[in-house]
Amino acid sequence: MSETIPPTRRSAQDFETAVDSADRRVAAFDPHRRGPVEKLQHVLHSNPTLVPVIVLLGAVAVFGVVSGSKFFSAFNLTLIMQQVSIIGILAAAQSLIVLTAGIDLSVAAIMVLMSVIAGNLAVYSGVPAFLALIIAFVGGTAAGMFNGFLVTRVKLPPFITTLGTWSIFYALNLWLSGAQSIRSQDIDSAAPLLKVFGETIAIGPARITYGSILMVLVFLVLWYMLNRTAWGRHVYAVGDDAEAAELAGIRTGRTLMSVYALAGFVCGIAAWASIGRVGSISPQAFYEGNLQSITAVVIGGISLFGGRGSILGALFGALIVGVFQSGLRLAGVDVLWQVFAIGWLIIIAVAIDQWIRKVSA
Amino acid sequence: MNAPILSARGLQKRYGRVTALNDCDFDLYPGEILAVIGDNGAGKSSLIKALSGAIRIDAGTITLNNEEVHFSSPLQAQEAGIATVYQTLALSPALSIVDNMFMGREIRAEGIAGRWLRKLDHGKMREIAREKLSELGLMTIQNIDQPVETLSGGQRQGVAVARAAAFGSKVIILDEPTAALGVKESRKVLDLIQDVRARGIPIILISHNMPHVFEVADRIHVHRLGRRLCTVAPDDCTMSDAVALMTGAKAPPGESIAA
Amino acid sequence: MKTLFAGSALALVLCAGTAYAEDTSACLITKTDTNPFFVKMKEGASAKADELGIELNTYAGKIDGDVETQVAAVESCIAAGAKGILITPSDSRALAPVVGKAREAGLLVIALDTPFEPIDAADATFATDNFLAGELIGKWAAAKMEDPSKAKIALLDLNPSQVSVDYLRDNGFLNGFGIDIKDPTKMGDEDDPRIVGNDVTNGNEEGGRTAMENLLQKDPEVNLVYTINEPAAAGAYEALKAVGLEGQALIVSVDGGCPGVRNVEAGVIGATSMQFPLKMASMGIEAIKAFADSGEKPQASEGLEFTNTGVELVTDQPVDGIPSITSQEALEKCWG
Repeated sequence: MSETIPPTRRSAQDFETAVDSADRRVAAFDPHRRGPVEKLQHVLHSNPTLVPVIVLLGAVAVFGVVSGSKFFSAFNLTLIMQQVSIIGILAAAQSLIVLTAGIDLSVAAIMVLMSVIAGNLAVYSGVPAFLALIIAFVGGTAAGMFNGFLVTRVKLPPFITTLGTWSIFYALNLWLSGAQSIRSQDIDSAAPLLKVFGETIAIGPARITYGSILMVLVFLVLWYMLNRTAWGRHVYAVGDDAEAAELAGIRTGRTLMSVYALAGFVCGIAAWASIGRVGSISPQAFYEGNLQSITAVVIGGISLFGGRGSILGALFGALIVGVFQSGLRLAGVDVLWQVFAIGWLIIIAVAIDQWIRKVSA
Repeated sequence: MNAPILSARGLQKRYGRVTALNDCDFDLYPGEILAVIGDNGAGKSSLIKALSGAIRIDAGTITLNNEEVHFSSPLQAQEAGIATVYQTLALSPALSIVDNMFMGREIRAEGIAGRWLRKLDHGKMREIAREKLSELGLMTIQNIDQPVETLSGGQRQGVAVARAAAFGSKVIILDEPTAALGVKESRKVLDLIQDVRARGIPIILISHNMPHVFEVADRIHVHRLGRRLCTVAPDDCTMSDAVALMTGAKAPPGESIAA
Repeated sequence: MKTLFAGSALALVLCAGTAYAEDTSACLITKTDTNPFFVKMKEGASAKADELGIELNTYAGKIDGDVETQVAAVESCIAAGAKGILITPSDSRALAPVVGKAREAGLLVIALDTPFEPIDAADATFATDNFLAGELIGKWAAAKMEDPSKAKIALLDLNPSQVSVDYLRDNGFLNGFGIDIKDPTKMGDEDDPRIVGNDVTNGNEEGGRTAMENLLQKDPEVNLVYTINEPAAAGAYEALKAVGLEGQALIVSVDGGCPGVRNVEAGVIGATSMQFPLKMASMGIEAIKAFADSGEKPQASEGLEFTNTGVELVTDQPVDGIPSITSQEALEKCWG
């Protein structure tokens, strides 16, 4: 470029000359030999959804053998899809937060609050159903942004923030609903649009609800956003190492805010789907939905430390829980032991995550 | 000699009662490797942070290509063409080499997919990343999609330097690039630094390792008590002279100040 | 009122005492104040306390099972020098020691709705006879079905903890229907082939729906559904409707909440046993007043260990030999 300074090489350190003749390939980008366990670790590291997929398929196969055609039928398998659809959508929202190394205890509370708002407006106040739903989506987004504001601006830890807003949203929900359910028949007559996701498509014995389809769509759209757009890469980078992301030129505060807002919006969608699923609008339902969504996310192999795992894992995680519950029930296992089994799944999933994270060159 | 590409005059920075930069000057010329040395607490890192936008100075001017610049964030400095490779590297360990190289500068696909669906052009990014890495002699990479955390320390440094060099940077600041590396990997990184310089990009190298500084630097900026004490050429000076200057055991030679 | 109780879901202990200058004070401690049942109970207690000139302090746990908050509430009542405590224990056994302390301190302790274990841990228990409530709907169902021997019964219970209200209603129903219940304090130990299975609902619509779907999966010919309460019944109905079987199965329930009664009217629920939380609370306040005035303690109903506050069967399809009221009449008396 310029003639100013010729590239020179001064050998100020003769003691390093020996290195020149040494094998330098150590700094090359090639893999060294690995044992089978280490190989497995690497495969899992680069394909984080592999474990949940294997567990899901394995569980379906095992329960198919144990419980026979009652379990392994198109009807039952699509029923499991229906049963997990709401927790599944919440798990999608939860995944977004967990990928940023956060946790959201308020997802289910936002959802129930928005379903109560939409129901009150559409059934009791005569607001057109579509408008009531739009208000629910906007409300869900606003609730998410409130969490995001507390996390990014007030700098509160996500756990504490959402522990607080969980109670706040729950209390608002009870206030607005008077702790009373809105009956299915009242929704049918005033605002049937609210229940559209409960509609079923029958393909032979299979019963696929629009809600099940919605769940899969939500996951696919979010997967695309996370893996095929710059925004998604930034979400992973922020979750992986926020400081590094900031230095690399990512506006981490803005990224986090958008994540919380989107999670809130997804909860708004879940609110609509939940009305179809439950049939009525119940302020008492899904009290443990936040924990169930975290369960799905963890079993799906998304690291609670952020930045690792695929959102599709949460879909498989939700399905694994559904398959276990259905399979154990049909095998005649007491509810108590179903809870027991899910507990072990969580612990094993987190242990595997820790092990995979230890991978190194 | 040409005009400096990056220079600073009269920089001041105080933290409470501590003066980190005291009327500090700085010059970097095109195509050179300038090492910045100084004892701990001499204000080296404050100087670097001021140049890379990580801190705001209290007084003084910074000029890049003869234009005065004011940075309030590392991002602004980066956009102006000053790329910094931090000691921590600022890489996202779980993301791939490509993702890391293009972090914050992703390339969107053309047409509807890119415009409306904001789809990224992964093929193009891979291609460019591969190209940039091979220009710097780092293309023994098997899989450009492998996560950065599966790379060795030297390889990570390589990715970080390649990222800094890849996007039309005018100046690259390297903060202690060899501090965490073994002998062999340090060698590789020093070669890399010279490769980058050979491509015409001037480099500011902050290092404690005197042999490394003397091996690659064209000039050495000696920092002491919050200001530039002098600059010396490695050919005119021994390592023990440099250390003596740094610690104040020796007065600077008068003529070097003008360099 | 609404804002008050919703806001208190946050507070660990709600202390909404009205500041009267009376010397007699009483405490009402409910499991939660989110459940309309307890809301009604509080209304009944407040109204009666106003009428009799008693200062009432109310407390509630955050969720069902919140023992610590209830223990703290009992301790506060002792410290405040109340004459008596009305309590719906979140845990029948865990709260027995602390109410023992209250009794030693000279307070009258009355369990509302949920008995203590042992039942004499409290001075008196004012409760719905849950076994009888179950029995009524069991008998009604047996009389209503064309051939009870061909019944396929789904049992939708509360939760896995085997709490008394859960097993009493469940076993009462089976007993009323004419099934051998084996251990009357256990659910799911019956071996009658007519029982398809038990599942848990958490007492809400979502749980009711999922549980019904699961039991239908076990046997799609379910034609009689027992539910722990009316929200669970509404959920079960949705599950049946989704597969077009709502006409095949008869749903019975317990509670008498207003939405539940309207579901009887709409034909969703065949029959439900109504209980009277308002009456429990007002009787409780009266008992404390009597105790404060004369030191007299309330007596248990004849043949029972507790004071029965009454159960009525609500159905629009009455059968001979079982007294019942219609949904129209019930709407006048329902709670929530």
